[in-house]
Amino acid sequence: MKRRTLLRAVVCASLLAPLGGIRAAAQITKSGLITAFGRMPPPSDIKRVYAAGAPASVLLSALAPHKMLGWPWRMSDEALGALGSPLRDLPMLGRLSGRGSTMATEALLALKPDLILDAGDVDDTYLSTAQRVTEQTGIPYVVIEGHLADSARQLHETGRMLDVEARGNTLADYAEEILSSAARIREAMPLEKRPRVYYGRGLEGLETGMVGSLHMEAIDIAGGYNVAAQGGDKIGLARVSLEQVIGWAPEVIITQDSSFANRILEDPRWRTIPAVRTKRVYCAPTIPFGWLDVPPSVNRLAGVIWLLAHLHDVGKDSMERKVAEFNQLFYGIEKRVQ
Amino acid sequence: MSAKNAALPPVPAYLLALLGIVAIFMAAFAFGKYPVSPSNLLRSAIARLTGGSAGLPEAIEIVIWNIRLPRVVAGMLVGAALAAAGAAYQNMFRNPLVSPDILGVSAGAGFGATLGIFFGFSLVAIQITAFVFGLAAVGIVYGISGLVRRHDPVLVLVLAGVTVGALFGAGVSLFKILSDPHSQQLSSITFWLLGSLNGINSRDLASAAPLVLIGLVPMVLLRWRVNLLSLPDEEAAALGVDVARLRLVLIVAATLVTATIVSIAGIVGWVGLVVPHAARFLVGPNFSRLLPASLLLGAGFVVGTDVLARTLVVIELPLGIVTAMVGAPFFLYLLAHTGKTE
Repeated sequence: MKRRTLLRAVVCASLLAPLGGIRAAAQITKSGLITAFGRMPPPSDIKRVYAAGAPASVLLSALAPHKMLGWPWRMSDEALGALGSPLRDLPMLGRLSGRGSTMATEALLALKPDLILDAGDVDDTYLSTAQRVTEQTGIPYVVIEGHLADSARQLHETGRMLDVEARGNTLADYAEEILSSAARIREAMPLEKRPRVYYGRGLEGLETGMVGSLHMEAIDIAGGYNVAAQGGDKIGLARVSLEQVIGWAPEVIITQDSSFANRILEDPRWRTIPAVRTKRVYCAPTIPFGWLDVPPSVNRLAGVIWLLAHLHDVGKDSMERKVAEFNQLFYGIEKRVQ
Repeated sequence: MSAKNAALPPVPAYLLALLGIVAIFMAAFAFGKYPVSPSNLLRSAIARLTGGSAGLPEAIEIVIWNIRLPRVVAGMLVGAALAAAGAAYQNMFRNPLVSPDILGVSAGAGFGATLGIFFGFSLVAIQITAFVFGLAAVGIVYGISGLVRRHDPVLVLVLAGVTVGALFGAGVSLFKILSDPHSQQLSSITFWLLGSLNGINSRDLASAAPLVLIGLVPMVLLRWRVNLLSLPDEEAAALGVDVARLRLVLIVAATLVTATIVSIAGIVGWVGLVVPHAARFLVGPNFSRLLPASLLLGAGFVVGTDVLARTLVVIELPLGIVTAMVGAPFFLYLLAHTGKTE
């Protein structure tokens, strides 16, 4: 008798479950670089966009700053100060990335975005997270495949989606110009003729991006030869030892850490490395966003201009002007940053 | 007590261990990612000793003397220090599963380093913050044990250590989630917490070695009395030992040693747990023999695992991963082996 009641209750409960907020599977549409979950509003209705991660926020801040709701991570005061209005006044909101999210689902709902925008290296973990968010919140979620080489297409397609097609096309043309001038230089140079580059990251400059890593995309595109390619094609970041770097004998060392750049010019242990001997140790700026790798978005186009000048002496005189032009066009920065 | 009336250890095992350690040190100079042939190594060593010039390319000299030598010395220091601290703690806590970080020193130092990395401090400042937070964590634990007097003091220490360690661990996780996943910070924190001898230079060693030595001195001087700590407190007190003070001295010494090591090498696990067991297996539980044996074996163990860390795969493996991969099976082996003989 009791058992039967229990069984009945279980059956009833499972029938009721769909009412408990579990929606039907979100509709998935794919076109070009864009995968969309949920029902997409028409472009003209998209007014409030939440960028789920740093790469998406850079893309959004360049294309449609007035639709952007906030930053997904803590921007430094220096970076915010360099940006124009309205970007500099946006709040920090937190990011969405599965269990690593710092944005609460309820806070997201309270924000009432018309669209969640995400960009990056897309894999199944990424896509299934996006799908789950849409199913839970009902807010459409768009994921944009974002390799540096695809920047122009990315700007073009995202611009059209956000109803800022003209701006998207302007930025896309500019991106295409940078990428194709890099391609001309790169393709004229066989692999073994390219400058051998070591990219030193981390506290001691002994972390580097391996072949195929998104951290190396700008350097690859600008026609640098990643010395860590000799370490096999492990993808991502790895620690290396100093004697390994000495063995690789890079001609150029690139970093984003000025204290590291200054330190190795004086450190006797780095002395025999060709790049240090010839003082070809370059520190890339990180304002308003990293120029080389982080966040992995269209901000790296500035890095490509900078790298072309430092790796091949191409456009060295016009480099600062070009970067200023880029900053003006993409982020609305009027004064020169560098 | 002199060596005469102490039970003689099995001499061949002792010798074998010593020979093994010497072989490991030589290997540590011979293996690495930059190719250095044994003959060049020998030539360079002879030139150093005789004051002449070996006529080798400068890069080879730098690799041998400025990169591998500090790294081998760092390995010795790290291994010896952690093993000694572990041996002292295992005796003091009467528990074979205790390692030097039982009172939260590694968790505290890890939190300090995470803070430093998060706020973009310089390398030296990160090391100092790690060191200070390591000491602070143990200070808090000791303070708690002073306040809670209704339980066995050793038990309170261990429980407070685990608790404070967990709190600092949560702090580390908090700052990891606050840092941008793509940024340099997150990978730096992760790599730092896994431990490595990769970046240590002679300046780090020059500041760390004296602190480690200061910490080891009380252990050496008090080696007889440490044995008595393995007795219940009342019995040890009956034998004329001021148990509370001795315990405090040992905690201060072991904490100083461990915090110093963690601040230069990150968190290198398993050394302080496994090595004292291996040493006990070789020379027995008497601390006056256990301490030197732990120092030696610890040095050999870390230098050896570091050789693996830098040669096993094309990149550098964090040392903490290798010590765990080598230490854990070895620990199980010891467990099985000692179980049969005793």
